[in-house]
Amino acid sequence: MIAETGLAALWLAAAMALLQLVGGLTLLRGEGKLTPLIKPAALVQGALCVVSFASLMWLFYVTDLSVLLVASNSHIDKPLIFKLAGTWGNHEGSMLLWVSVLSLSGAAIALLEKRIDTRTLNATLAVQAFVALGFFAFLLFSSNPFERLVPAPVEGAGLNPLLQDIGLAFHPPTLYIGYVGLSVAFSFAVAAMLTRQVGPAFARAMRPWVLGAWIFLTVGITAGSYWAYYELGWGGWWFWDPVENASLMPWLAATALLHSVSVLATRNALRAWTIMLALVAFAMSMAGTFLVRSGILTSVHAFAVDPERGSFILALMLMYTSLAFLVFATRIGTVKQGEPFQIVSREGGIVANNIFLSVILAIVLIGTLYPLAAEAMGDKISVGPPYFNKATAPIALLLMVALLLGPMLRWRRDDLKRHKYWLVGFFAISLWTGVAIWRFVPGVGIFPILGLALSLALAVAAWVPLKGRKLLRTPLPVFGMVIAHFGLAVSVFGMAAESGFSRETLTALAPGESAKVADWQVKLDDVRPVVGDNWVAIEGQLIARKGGKKFTLRPQSRQFYRPEQQTSEAALLTRWNGQLYAVIAQPDENGDGRWQVRLWWKPFVTFIWFGGLLVALGGAIALLGRMFRRPKKPAVNKWARV
Amino acid sequence: MNRPWLLWLPLAVVAFIGGLAIYGLVVPKDDMVHSAMVGRKLPEFALPPATVGIEGLSNRDLADGKPRLLNIFASWCIPCKAEAPYLDALKKSGAEIDAIAIRDKPEDVAAFLAEFGNPFRRIGSDSEMAVQLKLGSSGVPETYVVGGDGTILYQHIGDIRAEHVPMLLEKLREAQ
Amino acid sequence: MRFSFFVACALLLVAVPQMSFGQGSGPTPELANRQLGDPAQEKAATQVMHALRCIQCQGQSIADSDAPMAATMRAEVRQQIADGKKPDAIRQWMIERYGEWVSFEPDMKGSGLLLWAAPLLLLFLGLFMARGLFRRKS
Repeated sequence: MIAETGLAALWLAAAMALLQLVGGLTLLRGEGKLTPLIKPAALVQGALCVVSFASLMWLFYVTDLSVLLVASNSHIDKPLIFKLAGTWGNHEGSMLLWVSVLSLSGAAIALLEKRIDTRTLNATLAVQAFVALGFFAFLLFSSNPFERLVPAPVEGAGLNPLLQDIGLAFHPPTLYIGYVGLSVAFSFAVAAMLTRQVGPAFARAMRPWVLGAWIFLTVGITAGSYWAYYELGWGGWWFWDPVENASLMPWLAATALLHSVSVLATRNALRAWTIMLALVAFAMSMAGTFLVRSGILTSVHAFAVDPERGSFILALMLMYTSLAFLVFATRIGTVKQGEPFQIVSREGGIVANNIFLSVILAIVLIGTLYPLAAEAMGDKISVGPPYFNKATAPIALLLMVALLLGPMLRWRRDDLKRHKYWLVGFFAISLWTGVAIWRFVPGVGIFPILGLALSLALAVAAWVPLKGRKLLRTPLPVFGMVIAHFGLAVSVFGMAAESGFSRETLTALAPGESAKVADWQVKLDDVRPVVGDNWVAIEGQLIARKGGKKFTLRPQSRQFYRPEQQTSEAALLTRWNGQLYAVIAQPDENGDGRWQVRLWWKPFVTFIWFGGLLVALGGAIALLGRMFRRPKKPAVNKWARV
Repeated sequence: MNRPWLLWLPLAVVAFIGGLAIYGLVVPKDDMVHSAMVGRKLPEFALPPATVGIEGLSNRDLADGKPRLLNIFASWCIPCKAEAPYLDALKKSGAEIDAIAIRDKPEDVAAFLAEFGNPFRRIGSDSEMAVQLKLGSSGVPETYVVGGDGTILYQHIGDIRAEHVPMLLEKLREAQ
Repeated sequence: MRFSFFVACALLLVAVPQMSFGQGSGPTPELANRQLGDPAQEKAATQVMHALRCIQCQGQSIADSDAPMAATMRAEVRQQIADGKKPDAIRQWMIERYGEWVSFEPDMKGSGLLLWAAPLLLLFLGLFMARGLFRRKS
């Protein structure tokens, strides 16, 4: 009954989306009779999707095994939180989540957006509905989450044990909210092009959505990276795997878009760039969704691979992006040039930022698709971390250099001589740090050295915009910027420290034996079996000693049943200046009974994710600042004629 | 914007990526890793016998002037059981077959041969997969056509089926 | 839809020659999980291991993989480093056995050239496209 309700709500929501689309099409030819229905339809669509998603969640909550999705992805013994997370831990459920958030965003725009003219607002809702329709069709014709299974099984097929993790339970939703926010930006951009309203008003309407989406993407990627770090058991935090790249590319585009849309909102410049980036960001999130599900690229993270589903998403993606870029190519010429500016200016700094981010985006895209292109030519090659690290690091370092100076510059035009003391200071910090490391710590590569040097300089430079201001009167968005840039410095510091100074010890220990890693002495005390909800494991007791202090680490090697899988649970010991990471593995059958122990000392590695969270926090502060701005009397609109 | 061609660049990129994606979906993926040693001489190796009553295998045994087949197998490998009758057919048609058993215990190999027949002249035991690495082999079962002078002429990945038997015999004949 | 998908999978299993991957039992080569005595050598070996692809896995490097073949390859890398071979020579040795696919770092010549030239080319393209934005100093 609930399942049928959910399905019916989904059909009705799709009908609402169709109504908005038709209304939007008639709008383009002048006011149609359907135009006043667009806003209410958006609201109803949002509400119906909530009903549909809630129904699915309920089915997972009660583990209704007569529904095929629940039977394939859940299990009566699953802990409750993971049962609920199972709602989106599968293809159909995640698509329903996607379409629900999409519809809710449309409803929010319909309800709350007052800054842009009605025509553009209706056009935005219509485009949004058009995007939603594609996914409704996908769900209703190809991936029905409410399909019944007769006869209903008794237990259920169980969730993948690797997904039974709280971090991973929330990783997909945060990313989806990010992607949907980018789809809103896409809708605004296309609508603005269609109604020829590309100006500060539309930018101000789009900005909170970009900011919100970007915050979620930042959190999603940071959380995903940390999950991979402690769950996959090899101490790496980024593998340049196609699925990881699929989430990074929209983030890069969204970061560039965020800066660009602020310039458009406040300075009425960078119009074409902003539109372009909005289209690219959404295209990247769709491309990512496609790559991950289609199976055309090999990946450790691959899930629910199905070429048929891949084809549907590909068709949607190609349709949306080519239509959007077609509109771009034909309409952007009619968008007048924005206010001009010189190279040395805040706008110039942001253009540099956009260029660097776009180049990194293009490198990641090319590197990810290259093996496929080579295969089409008959070559079989692999593109992995050595390439991506070497290709993107120089550009990222250039970006950091631009970040040192950019926020300090004045709008429209500035003079480098005004900032010479700061520039000399940053150069000095970087040089001193770089030379010190090179001199006193042998064998550290050039990229970690530069990364550390620039991150220290940026850690100082990030706070410069606050100099000379009355702090209590400084608008929140400025604090947001400062914290976000500082967070980036912290994160890059962590990345450089980990890559340059990590130490690894790989050894076989019998109980009672010790090994050394960096300054730590680690002894294997004991190994014993441990039993969990749906797994058995052997757990090692490691005693780690440094400078008189003693700590216990308990890494495990787990064997899940239903489905059968073996995982390694790393043990982490976090200090302020790094983490001790320990992994234990089953011994060889023909070996001498020693346990395979792998130890890492990773200096400042936690800064990577701590920095990432700071970046997201900065964004959140900026968003709050904009949402709760005290209403001023309406200023004279200097850009009235767009 | 005074560079109109640039405006169409994004659309061109979309078309290219779309084409690539369609290729990826339509053309079946060749997931097999092919050995790059085809066309080169066999690497040096000397493997102990895989089980009692059979001789071990070295690269010199495969370079004695007569072209032969080299079968990489293991008793725990299911497709290897499926290809046993076809290896038999090859043997009966005059092919000489040597083998390497991967990560296998002598008693398991003996049981496998007793149950599925023994078309092999010699079977070497590669318990650490070291020779497999040297050959550029990525799994079991695989069958190589080796020329009389010890050159690797052809690699067949996966189990041998009925349709592959005449093809392998033909390759052996060409190698004479 | 689901039924036809399963049928397709079954047919695929029947139609394509099958392989089994790394089970069985045997000793793990000693150098697979033991570090070399000299830290500089071990560091060089680790770099090579992170740049080689595991043959039997879904995209992991041999440093990150538990597969038996990965263990054999790690032992081979360490052995060759200990014997004094250069990292690039070891990479080439592996490529001679499994083709370019086994190396995560595409070769600079041939098809890999475009890949390595991409960052610089893209940077120039970006700067070129941005030229139109700036006002000339009057």
